[in-house]
Amino acid sequence: MIKRHPEPLLWMLFSAGGMISGMLMPVLILMFGIAFPLGWVTPTTYEQMTGLLANPITRLVLFSLCALSLFHWAHRFRHTLYDGLQIKHLNEVIAVVSYGAAFVGSGLAAYLLWQIG
Amino acid sequence: MRADTQSSQDFVYTDYHPRWLRQPKHTYWWLEKPSYFAFILRELTCLPVAWFAVYLLLLVNAVLDGSDAYAQFMAWSASPWMITLNVVSFALMVFHAITFFDAAPQALVVHLGHTRVPGRLVLIGHYVAWAGASAAVLWLLMRA
Repeated sequence: MIKRHPEPLLWMLFSAGGMISGMLMPVLILMFGIAFPLGWVTPTTYEQMTGLLANPITRLVLFSLCALSLFHWAHRFRHTLYDGLQIKHLNEVIAVVSYGAAFVGSGLAAYLLWQIG
Repeated sequence: MRADTQSSQDFVYTDYHPRWLRQPKHTYWWLEKPSYFAFILRELTCLPVAWFAVYLLLLVNAVLDGSDAYAQFMAWSASPWMITLNVVSFALMVFHAITFFDAAPQALVVHLGHTRVPGRLVLIGHYVAWAGASAAVLWLLMRA
């Protein structure tokens, strides 16, 4: 039997997460993190927000964005600690903790977004 | 034992591991050159990516909890610490998007029939999609 390595799958998640976060996060953080709090633009009202989140497509996009971004983080963070700080002896622990956190975070995202429906 | 007396017959293994050919790098090797630093900075953009996923989920949670919780979230997001964190995150996020899309032509080889789509077009496609996605989000958030 061919030994299956998880690395290609993890790289795919990393890549998909990098793509979707690159496309959507700059504008979202610009609005919710800077423009709305500083009062540059009138914030989206609560009613508008509930209306947006009532749409299953919004929830699906938000779930993909959050889950894939977390796996993107896990993969890159693990490699940054490995290459940057050269923490090689803790490689397994770091992998379990980062992918584990991404997995739990994705589960929480699914739970939150499914509650609305 | 002198070196010139050694032959293949009396070869002995040493008790100690020979020195690696590669010199170990010190921990802060990425501070040596601007290009190394840019590499680590690009890798560290994963932190704001994760932070903003959490931030979005907190926002969704606040909307779920009702209008008071949403107002509370908006007030929390306006605290100076939060704004500072999000401004830094935004800058790194844009750096992430640019470096990620710039690498895309290398990772993504697109064929139309038998001809390969030039890398430049793949790159432009990503920027067009980025602009489109941003405009769509703005439209959704801003329409009255």
